[in-house]
Amino acid sequence: MTPQPATSGAAGGIGRRTAGHRLLWPALVLLALLLGNLAFHHDFFSVRVRDGHLYGSLVDILRFGAPLVLVALGMTLVIATRGIDLSVGSTVAIAGALACGHLAGAARPGSVAATLTAVGLALGVALVLGLANGLLVSGLGVQPIVATLILMVAGRGVAQLITDGQIVTVTSAPYKMIGGGYWLSLPFAVLLAAVLVALTSFVTRRSALGMLIESVGGNPTASRLVGIRAGGLLVLVYVFSALCAAVAGLMISSNVSSADGNNAGLWIELDAILAVVVGGTALTGGRFSLGGTVLGALVIQTLSTTVYTLGVPPETTLVFKAFVVIVVCLVQSPVFRAKAVRRRAATPRPPTTAGATPQEQEARA
Amino acid sequence: MTSPSTPPPAGAGGPRPVLEAHGIRKRFPGVLALDGVSLRLFPGEVHALMGENGAGKSTLIKVLTGVHPADGGTVLVDGRPHAFTDPLQAQRAGISTVYQEVNLCPNLSVAENILIGREPRRFGLVRWSETRRRAAELLTELELGLDVTRPLGAHSLAVQQLVAIVRAVDVSAKVLVLDEPTSSLDREEVAQLFGLVRRLRDRGVAILFVTHFLDQVFDLCDRVTVLRGGRLEGEYPIAELTPVTLVQRMIGGELATLDQLSGRAHGQGAERAAGEPFLRARRLTRAGSIEPYDLDIHAGEVIGLAGLLGSGRTEAARLLFGADGADAGEVSIEGRRAPLRSPRHAIARGIAFCSENRKSEGLVGELTVRENIVLALQAARGWTRPLTRAKQDELARHWIEALDIRPADPEAQVRHLSGGNQQKVLLARWLLTEPRLLILDEPTRGIDIGAKAEIQKLVARLADEGTAVLFISAELEEVLRLSHRIAVLRDHRMVATLANDGTVTPERLLTTIATGTDS
Ligand SMILES: Nc1ncnc2c1ncn2[C@@H]1O[C@H](COP(=O)(O)OP(=O)(O)OP(=O)(O)O)[C@@H](O)[C@H]1O
Ligand SMILES: [Mg+2]
Repeated sequence: MTPQPATSGAAGGIGRRTAGHRLLWPALVLLALLLGNLAFHHDFFSVRVRDGHLYGSLVDILRFGAPLVLVALGMTLVIATRGIDLSVGSTVAIAGALACGHLAGAARPGSVAATLTAVGLALGVALVLGLANGLLVSGLGVQPIVATLILMVAGRGVAQLITDGQIVTVTSAPYKMIGGGYWLSLPFAVLLAAVLVALTSFVTRRSALGMLIESVGGNPTASRLVGIRAGGLLVLVYVFSALCAAVAGLMISSNVSSADGNNAGLWIELDAILAVVVGGTALTGGRFSLGGTVLGALVIQTLSTTVYTLGVPPETTLVFKAFVVIVVCLVQSPVFRAKAVRRRAATPRPPTTAGATPQEQEARA
Repeated sequence: MTSPSTPPPAGAGGPRPVLEAHGIRKRFPGVLALDGVSLRLFPGEVHALMGENGAGKSTLIKVLTGVHPADGGTVLVDGRPHAFTDPLQAQRAGISTVYQEVNLCPNLSVAENILIGREPRRFGLVRWSETRRRAAELLTELELGLDVTRPLGAHSLAVQQLVAIVRAVDVSAKVLVLDEPTSSLDREEVAQLFGLVRRLRDRGVAILFVTHFLDQVFDLCDRVTVLRGGRLEGEYPIAELTPVTLVQRMIGGELATLDQLSGRAHGQGAERAAGEPFLRARRLTRAGSIEPYDLDIHAGEVIGLAGLLGSGRTEAARLLFGADGADAGEVSIEGRRAPLRSPRHAIARGIAFCSENRKSEGLVGELTVRENIVLALQAARGWTRPLTRAKQDELARHWIEALDIRPADPEAQVRHLSGGNQQKVLLARWLLTEPRLLILDEPTRGIDIGAKAEIQKLVARLADEGTAVLFISAELEEVLRLSHRIAVLRDHRMVATLANDGTVTPERLLTTIATGTDS
């Protein structure tokens, strides 16, 4: 007697359909941005092989976007628990500073052993930083935004202390590999990011981690009453976020063979949060989408690239970026789409001006 | 089918319906929730909207009040077509609604919740003392003596429900829509609410009333509209119906009666209470919520908790689950001391707790029915030992069938289910953990009569199989029918424990609840 009970086939499709829906919008936005670039640069999509390495604008987007993808990956899990991690930018700087500082002081900075120690040092410290964030949030119940703000502010100072306020330059072939090297003709950073994304996706979805994180973020009270140990999960996601940020920091410093405590990873936390939101994970926690986050990070990265290829004057780049982000968020909002559609249906006026939906008007503007 | 010739109720303000809907259609992905439903509301009548869980009652209300856009059909207010696109418009047009799930702000004070959006102001500034005074005044209409400055969240769900009603009543309305307003209220509050509804009716307000309690329909309502599976079954003057025919209209068949069950618990109490209890609580207490109490629960025994709203039933139960920490007293399980410091400890010892507040303390709305059903089991295993997807599907399908959850789609998001079906999902979650002690706080809240009988049978069967059950319900009949012993609470104190040996009548229970002594 259910109102036209959905047959099991169609019913099973509801979940999958919405899952498809989630990725649809970020994917369309990314496509639109890429096509927009193509209109200005006809060789935008061309990928060449030079010296056995892949080159091209698309490859660049992936290569320069890899650190952002990683930071956003960690951020996604944090946001899914209703938290936020503002300290990732500082962690990026600290990781780069530690690694470069170690290599600069090493007897043989070009050796694999020295590079591994540098990487280990950076990851180890990041682990401690993540632990500190996680314990502040879960153990002491500090609001995530406040807890991570502490490290966001203090961390930059720490990074500068490590580098003595200087830009530390290193020459180490193995270290250069992380962010600037190629493997099987592909940028190593892209491969590394892809592997980490795949691994995270596998672990969260194959174990019960994803479901429990979504439960804690979706309804903390109910999760406690159902016996989920939220404390452990929270520590885990903040540690994971810090580790992701550290790897991103290694990539960034490796790519330019130097560590800049002041500017490395500056504002990356904001780009990462944007990437997560554009990817369809709500800031209110609950359901998260790693695939969406990757698309979101690529959207943000493409946007940064576009700003350069279009030759937008530097003083207006941020405004341009903000504008596009607003449009993207509006287009993604079901409420806004429903309103736009409803308005259109309700006012069958001449299509010249009033008939246009706000989003079209914005797009035209 | 419909009897369009039914004249408007005697004494109505006029022959024209104040609110009228024709051929309303509403489709959600995969479900046609409303299919050509019509409804007429006349001024000065109390109109019941009846139907099984998932029949489309709440959806119809949401379409009428602009929460959901309709896919077809027309809504007329005072004879003029209206298409509300948000609930505020409906409110301005004089349609005031209390939705099924209480939608207030728990961290604001009671006064703010009642008057939010229309606080008395002077020079644009809120006049707080005036706000508090007005709120207190409105509450006295329901004979509720609440401290209006306390945050709403500090009050029980029942009080929150009453506050939502008071808020709706305050907006000077032509139409008052109440979606299951009595689901967590006691007799007293129901009586007060009905008094208020009658006063409003006499003032000419049209009231649309959704409930699963048949006696309330016959007590209060003038006419009934019955929905079945998203379609209009018919509209009847209440005088033309009996409870039996009304149920037939709702389910489209005969209701398997509860008769086998009634009286079953009687006489077995002594047997079941023999031997070592599964759980023994001694002087268990928490300041401000429950005075020290003793309780023994044996395997196979159903203990009912009875008491008025705010008497401490839920608070007493929460201590046994570690949901709140006890200040003093001790609990032993099977003879061994067991400090229940957190729900995890309690769950590990085989205790399950089904909260009365399914939305805020029970379900994770964004997750699917399947995920919500397996959540407790998965939490107990920890994230490193996942249930395989095949196992999850099997469990979900089994329980969807066992409790007749509709739509029978394990991948539907729980928040899209109807209220009664959500309640069943919550029950399924705990039943599948096969607890040794099952604490049920208002488990049949919002559940239709067919499903209610099924759940009562299930509780009786679980007890027969050796599960200990702590059963909390505002419905005394239900408590009497199922319990072997009944603990009565009054003013946060356990005042009596009655053996349900057949001598306990609803009247005797009521007296005990009211006076605190077993006469
Ligand atoms: N937002 C939504 N998305 C998808 N399906 C929905 C949504 N809201 C309701 N439904 C479906 O519409 C049908 C009718 O639901 P509705 O809430 O109106 O039932 P109801 O009669 O109020 O039941 P109850 O007595 O349990 O409260 C159900 O099958 C439900 O699953
Ligand atoms: Mg309903």
